[in-house]
Amino acid sequence: MATEAIYMPQLGESVTEGTISQWLVKEGDYIEKYDPIAEVMTDKVNAEVPSTFSGYIKEIISKENDTVEVGTLICYIDTNEEASGASPIVHDPQNQTTEETNEQDQSMKHRYSPAVMRIAQENNIDLSTVQGTGKHGRITRKDMEHVVQQPKTNTDKAPNETDATDISKEEAIEEYTPPTFKRRSIEANPGDREIPVTGLRRTIAQNMVRSTTEIPHAWMMIEVDVTNLVAYRNAEKDRFKENEGYNLSYFAFFLNAVAKALKKFPELNSCWAGDKIIQRNDINLSVAVAHGHELYVPVIKNVDEKSIKGIAKEIHQLSQKARTNTLTTEDMEGGTFTVNNTGSFGSVESMGVINYPQSAILQVESIVKRPVIIDDMFAARDMVNLCLSLDHRVLDGVICGDFMSHVKSILENISSETTPIY
Amino acid sequence: MAVLTYIQAITQAMKEEMQQNEKVFVLGEDVGVKGGVFKATEGLIEEFGEERVIDTPLAESAIAGVGIGAAMYGMRPVAEMQFADFIMPAVNQIISEAAKIRYRSNNDWHCPIVIRAPYGGGVHGGLYHSQSVEAVFANQPGLKIVMPSSPSDAKGLLKAAIRDEDPVLFFEHKRGYRLLKEDVSEADDILPIGQAAVKKEGSDVTIITYGLCVHFAQQAAEKLESEGVTTEILDLRTVYPLDQEAIIAAASKTGKVLLVTEDNKEGSIISEVSAIINEHCLFDLDAPVRRLAAPEVPAMPFAPNLEKEFMMNPEKIERELRDLASF
Repeated sequence: MATEAIYMPQLGESVTEGTISQWLVKEGDYIEKYDPIAEVMTDKVNAEVPSTFSGYIKEIISKENDTVEVGTLICYIDTNEEASGASPIVHDPQNQTTEETNEQDQSMKHRYSPAVMRIAQENNIDLSTVQGTGKHGRITRKDMEHVVQQPKTNTDKAPNETDATDISKEEAIEEYTPPTFKRRSIEANPGDREIPVTGLRRTIAQNMVRSTTEIPHAWMMIEVDVTNLVAYRNAEKDRFKENEGYNLSYFAFFLNAVAKALKKFPELNSCWAGDKIIQRNDINLSVAVAHGHELYVPVIKNVDEKSIKGIAKEIHQLSQKARTNTLTTEDMEGGTFTVNNTGSFGSVESMGVINYPQSAILQVESIVKRPVIIDDMFAARDMVNLCLSLDHRVLDGVICGDFMSHVKSILENISSETTPIY
Repeated sequence: MAVLTYIQAITQAMKEEMQQNEKVFVLGEDVGVKGGVFKATEGLIEEFGEERVIDTPLAESAIAGVGIGAAMYGMRPVAEMQFADFIMPAVNQIISEAAKIRYRSNNDWHCPIVIRAPYGGGVHGGLYHSQSVEAVFANQPGLKIVMPSSPSDAKGLLKAAIRDEDPVLFFEHKRGYRLLKEDVSEADDILPIGQAAVKKEGSDVTIITYGLCVHFAQQAAEKLESEGVTTEILDLRTVYPLDQEAIIAAASKTGKVLLVTEDNKEGSIISEVSAIINEHCLFDLDAPVRRLAAPEVPAMPFAPNLEKEFMMNPEKIERELRDLASF
């Protein structure tokens, strides 16, 4: 059973309204399709309104002697037929039928007009890949014009979803694309859990694949003695927290040191652009912030212009935003170099994947107390490993070694004089 | 600028030409004292006298013949046929004499006559007051046929027709006489004969038409605009000889062409337009070229419901437009 609506029909070409002179049925009556249900008087004709369904009259909406416009709901019928769908029925019989045939009938899919054939040949387009929007699935000239306007990499290169969304034809540059291999699909065993890959997870996956397949990564690690830094920070942190209301993290000092070093070695603050390398003027550091199962990489802009307090404040604000899911696209844009606080998970050594299209990423590992030999004597020192992943197309060992040494020297010489908090 | 109706624009054009050139004169049935049955020549006899605004006997062959003779001797006659339906007795004069004299005399003679005639239906005029007759003359080299769609075009084209050195048939839609109004420039603007005009730009479907149907096409196109279907409208303005370049450009632009005329379909002006498109635009076509025209019935019926069925209207155009857009 389904409830269907009956509307005031168009009883003549220029007729816009009609008066229901008499209902021929009452609620609860059973009627056959095409049986008259009401008499209607218009300025042109007197006519009977036929039922468009078989069923029981459920409710009569328009009363006798009501003058109603064409298309107005006049009554409901409970039909014998199955419900035609969850969505409410739109009263537009003409459009409805054409849309239905459109969806089902694809008979024109392989009938090509001269214009479509010509555009396909001129642009080397495989017509079987084009979605037709014309009647019965026909590919229209406009469909072809849309295909031609899309970036070419889409059609003749391995599909890459991120490419399609953010590169227009003029911007696209030929780049090595690794071959793709087909494999058997991986099936879940009984008891396994299947987690659909959606949203952020998919984006992370795509970015990682892209970065590792496109960028030739090289790695390097140095260890830094941060005993001074630890002492300095420990001396200041309680007062800082009291005054500012948030933590004075080690990470702020590391970001400060990296920004200073990038200023001296702008080669690392750059990206590969195919036929050129672009050195960024701004030093905007991407920092990884985890929240639950999600990983965000917001950006702290112009770190070289900010004090330790300024950096600490932004770290605090961004992690708050990540926790409350209020990070905006603006917060995530414009990074030129990434510093990753892997130490917060207890890691002492890691190989980061470069945040595409940047050219390097620095991993700050855990600060651990270790015995170190200084002047042939053992000393207990606070040690930290810094791991750098670099794009070997842009950077080489020498420059990165210099950069890392510089970071090391800044960090090892931190004091209230060299690095004031305010 | 002043708002003029289509018929006022026509009167204005004749008046201005008569003021500028004393060789211009009008002749026809009731054009003088009565000012024409539609009042197209109203006020002219008062201003220019009965020597230049001549009431003629009910003999169309004579109206055409007298005009042709005067034109060959250097005058600029503007002959009025009271209804285009009545032009038939003058066909021999027009086709055999006016159209051919320049060619026949090897340029010694020519015939700068304008023959004005109200055509078209939708005015409850019945068989002999509703016909479209342009196709009868549209394969006679030597003739030009102008059918304006707006007051401005009517004025500019009639002035051009009067100044033209060869015979011009000037067909005016009688239903448009008082239906179409717009600001018309008071300047002495001449519109070149033989040039079509793009009335509206669009990218989904092209309508090519002329005369009153341009008006209907604009209404239909406007309606579909809100649904995202944009229509290019080309107004032929001169239906013989045709502006091939403009037709090819308009048809190629969208690849879907709807041709509209109020005339009977077979052998009509738009049939020729269709042939031009097929000769030149094959590889730009995205749908079969469509003709929307009156049925193959001898003339506009008198019964109102049948007249409505026969007559072109925006709804018919809209239906075809929608169908072609979705093709």
